[in-house]
Amino acid sequence: MNKKVGISGNYAVAYAVKMADVDMIAAYPITPQTTIVEKLSEFVANGELDASYMNVESEHSAISACIGASLTGARVFTATSSQGLALMHEILFMASALRTPIVMANVNRALSAPLNIWNDHSDAMAQRDSGWIQLWARSAQESFDDTIEAFKIAEETRLPVMVNLDGYIVSHMYEPVELPDEEDVRKFIPSRPLENRVSIKNAHAVGVVGPPEYYYEMKYQAIDAIERSRHKVKEIENDFNRRFGKNYREIEAYGMEDAEAALILMGSIFGSAKEIANDLRGKGRKVGVVSLRVFRPFPAQELREALDGVKAVGVVDRATTPGGSGNPLYTEIATALYGMPERPAIQGFVAGLGGRDMREDDFRLMYSATEKAAREGAGRCIYVGLRE
Amino acid sequence: MKCVRTTLKGWREIPEGGTITEPGSSVNFDVTAWRTSSPLIDQNKCTKCGLCFLYCPDSAIEIDVDGNYHVNLSYCKGCGICAKECAPKAITMVKEGH
Repeated sequence: MNKKVGISGNYAVAYAVKMADVDMIAAYPITPQTTIVEKLSEFVANGELDASYMNVESEHSAISACIGASLTGARVFTATSSQGLALMHEILFMASALRTPIVMANVNRALSAPLNIWNDHSDAMAQRDSGWIQLWARSAQESFDDTIEAFKIAEETRLPVMVNLDGYIVSHMYEPVELPDEEDVRKFIPSRPLENRVSIKNAHAVGVVGPPEYYYEMKYQAIDAIERSRHKVKEIENDFNRRFGKNYREIEAYGMEDAEAALILMGSIFGSAKEIANDLRGKGRKVGVVSLRVFRPFPAQELREALDGVKAVGVVDRATTPGGSGNPLYTEIATALYGMPERPAIQGFVAGLGGRDMREDDFRLMYSATEKAAREGAGRCIYVGLRE
Repeated sequence: MKCVRTTLKGWREIPEGGTITEPGSSVNFDVTAWRTSSPLIDQNKCTKCGLCFLYCPDSAIEIDVDGNYHVNLSYCKGCGICAKECAPKAITMVKEGH
């Protein structure tokens, strides 16, 4: 029977990892992720989870150990944030190219400098080309659900999956979370031995040199894998919804049935954006909001369908691409919408960097600026709340 | 799309993640894809002196049962030393990918 508990987003991830019955956890503490691996160490120490718990000397080693363990066919997990994810950078590309189904929770935190432990999306956005599937949770419940889904997606596509949750706002907020029966979770993700690619009986050489004659083809395999993962993600999400009574989609929309101006965003700010949209809609303004739950593979087709008939979209970036033609989410959206016959105006926003609070007024400003873009066309990127 | 190395496996055939699944696979390894030109031996001009065979730094010149010289393109890097050293000028370098 389902059980409702009051836990933080980080604990929700830890409970999901425990229910997924992982074989190996490589851990290195970093704020605000630490309480995930802390809770998992408790589970392992008191015998609730039969897993090998490996304390490593850095995040670089954590992800490397995960690749090694994953190659033996083990179900593995690690978690990190910000600088830790950045330190993993070079190994992340190997995890996807070597097709190791690792699940990692990334508790989103700003990148230095200046040193900042608070929430934005610059860590994950800096890894968008690493070939990992990226899920974006917006609550403790979603952190739990996405982590469970992530194991299935990873193992069926043989690609690593990053579950993103906003630092503090999701990771440390205590919320009621419905935990399903462990038995039902096990049925959804059975503990089956994956192929052991490094056993003596079935000896393979992994991590080989790929000279110009082979690199291109090998790289394309990883590109093809994540392209093909699109339908797998959808299928697994539908299966999850059916089994656990949820209604998750790659993108979630609010007020989009008649919206003329819509915000597009990721992560926990969806709640605030919905509240303000609701308020403005009550006053007769045709605004809506779209939230992306999956960033890789990018749900371009679903987005075009959701935005059909919209006059302007406002893209809320919580990361920057200094010197680029637009910030990370903006450029993805602009590329996705470019081919639409009646393309909406696209207004860029940067907001909530380094944990800067996003208040009601910030959302009202963004809705108004997007409505203005619908009338007059989009202007330059607006840095919301920046002091002059 | 023109593929100059049709003998190499395509992305669908290469084991996932570039894993090597069988021993001794290096014999199938093409080490010459960066070659920009390859030697063409004119058998009518060739005097079978063997200079190309001696000078080739990659042992890419092979002799058949009739004593004729041939280039093994699996090893030839296209350096052109054979053409340079060939006394009767029987070897010409032909550009790749044209």
